[in-house]
Amino acid sequence: MSIPRTAPRTAVRLGAVALTGALLAACGSGSGGGSADSAGGDVTLTVDLFGAFGYKESGLYAEYERLHPGIKIKQTDTEDEQDYWKSLQTRLAGGGGLADVQGIEVGRIASVTQQQAAKFVDLNQYGAGALKGEFAPAKWSAATTKDGKVLGLGTDVGPEAMCYRSDLFQAAGLPTDRTELAARWATWDGYLELGRQYKAKAPAGSAWLDSVGSLNAVMVGQAKERYYDASGALVYENSPAVKTAWDASVKAAGEGLSAKLDQWSPPWNQAFSSGSFATLPCPAWMLGYIKGQAGDAGKGKWDVAKLPGGAGNWGGSYLAVPTAAAHKKEAYELIKWLTAPEQQTKVFRGQGNFPSATTSIGQIADAKDPYFSDAPIGRIFGDAAEQAPVQVLGVHDKDIADQINNALSEVERKGTAPETAWANAKKAVKNALG
Amino acid sequence: MPSAEPLARTSPKAPGAPPASLTAPVPPEPSPRRRGRPAALSPYAFLVPFFTLFAAFGIFPLLYTAYVSLYRAELQTPGELEWRGLGNYTALFADPFFWTALRNTFTIGVLSTVPQLLMALGLAHVLNYRLRGRTFFRTALLLPYATSVAAASLIFAQLFGHDFGLINRLLDLVGVHPVDWQNGTVASQIAVSSIVVWRWTGYNALIYLAGLQTIPAELYEAAEVDGASRWRQFLHVTLPGLRPTIVFTSVVSTIGATQLFGEPLLFEGSVSGGISHQYQTLGLYMYEQGWGFFHLGRAAAIAWVMFLLIAVLVGANAWLARRRYRKEAGQ
Repeated sequence: MSIPRTAPRTAVRLGAVALTGALLAACGSGSGGGSADSAGGDVTLTVDLFGAFGYKESGLYAEYERLHPGIKIKQTDTEDEQDYWKSLQTRLAGGGGLADVQGIEVGRIASVTQQQAAKFVDLNQYGAGALKGEFAPAKWSAATTKDGKVLGLGTDVGPEAMCYRSDLFQAAGLPTDRTELAARWATWDGYLELGRQYKAKAPAGSAWLDSVGSLNAVMVGQAKERYYDASGALVYENSPAVKTAWDASVKAAGEGLSAKLDQWSPPWNQAFSSGSFATLPCPAWMLGYIKGQAGDAGKGKWDVAKLPGGAGNWGGSYLAVPTAAAHKKEAYELIKWLTAPEQQTKVFRGQGNFPSATTSIGQIADAKDPYFSDAPIGRIFGDAAEQAPVQVLGVHDKDIADQINNALSEVERKGTAPETAWANAKKAVKNALG
Repeated sequence: MPSAEPLARTSPKAPGAPPASLTAPVPPEPSPRRRGRPAALSPYAFLVPFFTLFAAFGIFPLLYTAYVSLYRAELQTPGELEWRGLGNYTALFADPFFWTALRNTFTIGVLSTVPQLLMALGLAHVLNYRLRGRTFFRTALLLPYATSVAAASLIFAQLFGHDFGLINRLLDLVGVHPVDWQNGTVASQIAVSSIVVWRWTGYNALIYLAGLQTIPAELYEAAEVDGASRWRQFLHVTLPGLRPTIVFTSVVSTIGATQLFGEPLLFEGSVSGGISHQYQTLGLYMYEQGWGFFHLGRAAAIAWVMFLLIAVLVGANAWLARRRYRKEAGQ
């Protein structure tokens, strides 16, 4: 090795090392753990959420910061609730890295009230009890423990409707009027029948619905009792609601009505702009997601109609303050404000997340959304919220739903026999619940 | 391992005992204590930082995992441990998901390790010749290794996309139907293995290259004088000379394959390794039990089974290598 050659060689190696450093830095995104940041009396409140709560988008943080000088709000957000929940549980167990405000999905709230009551602040100590009358009774009671601790304030509920692409409907020669459609798909059989007609004349590469997983999820959401009975016993194997939803989903998969996309995956996101599916069962909070994914190009192409087979609820969330939070009192003030009727109304008007505060529901009854072809979303979702059954919530609701969804994907994408897939689902649920 | 023996043979004398010639005027009563103590202790002092860290981050987690594996331990209720004895282990052997994961770990291990080492060997052999831009090629080889698992896996996941992936597009050009790289069992395992192969081939090639540099150039020259082709040179000079290095890389790759985790996790971002667990490895199954379902006791049991599995595999590897070494030494 001669000396003059060493220098460029070293340079190349250093370049390689520098490149690695850049790549690594690009991958390690901050998780927004630390929250104590009190320079000059300022308080930085951290808010850790999943999916789309719509606070930032509706400008509520900016408004709160204006109303409360000295408070700064920093939000972190995970798209997939499953990932969010895993990370939250790890941090709760370790007791570190928790935000001042943590979002909790309704499918997890029973787990929080029954297993982790000590890890969240009882909001009664800050006077939350006085707010009880503002919320729908079922929403309030689900976040209350048996001994009366209030662990979270309700944000939205998930009344369900059917979102559809009127441009694609027109191309396939289907009616596009939402009242007519609601009559045609008054039952799920009617919905599948329209799907067959759509499939026969659909534009190339476009399926009737995004995935049978979403069909299953809305249908299960129409029942009062799903995975657990009122006494807390696990009954999903014999639950009529689970069976009805499963059968319809299997049928839709068998007839090739689905685009076979995995909800919340990147291909699913891309499909919003490519028009790979014509209908998407949509809880109210999905509206904001559709707007985000389909963008301005989708404006006016989407519409909302009443859900086939009656009213139902899918999802909805809470805001809670972990015991390990750095600024509990300030965090409570923030979530009290964010979940107050006026703010819930603003979020609904901006993002479509349907309010759980009763006064707010009254305020939005006449709301229409220009993005969704001026659909009367206030009335459609308001009716659904009023008529939806009050669901029995169980500790492992989400875990069970996830495993059943996996098994349905097997039927949908691999052509697994439905009986085999159901047996797989039971095995997987048993494994998950341990 | 064979490399241990030459090392032991050439190991220097104990540092505390100077050679006799230097201590020529021998005192009647050498007081080894006074002179020996600081010198004898200092090596241990130098070792302390490492062993402190090793105890805290190596030994303690290992033992604590063994302890937890005997209990029903849940992440959501960390304070409540319920004695299960070997229950977590026996449950594992009756668990179909465990056997699937074990089988997947093995098949993905073979699919990734074998092509990876073969290609590395070939690349190293080629790069050992005097080539134009040799340094560039050698550096380029190491680049995939320097890339983070996350970045590489995410890119590969896009390449293998079903509808919009580059690979299916290319297959389409030559008239092959799109392959379901996510849901097909063999297809998904090939896809995951390809990430591993891409990342580690260059690393192994460089290790082989280092090994090759120790083979005297005269051997190649002599072979060339004898009219041996490059392929013959590879078979009869390179391979025998590289044997210890090959043993080393297979041991390291075996360990890596048994612990494979990041690539299958990030391929679709699912802890279950696909909708039918078709590419869920043991590492991923451990993660699913621990951080997907929050069953820490069962996850700890899987961790220990993996540890024992690796120990057995590495032991078998070393035993095979030593047997060969002895055989050759005996000749």
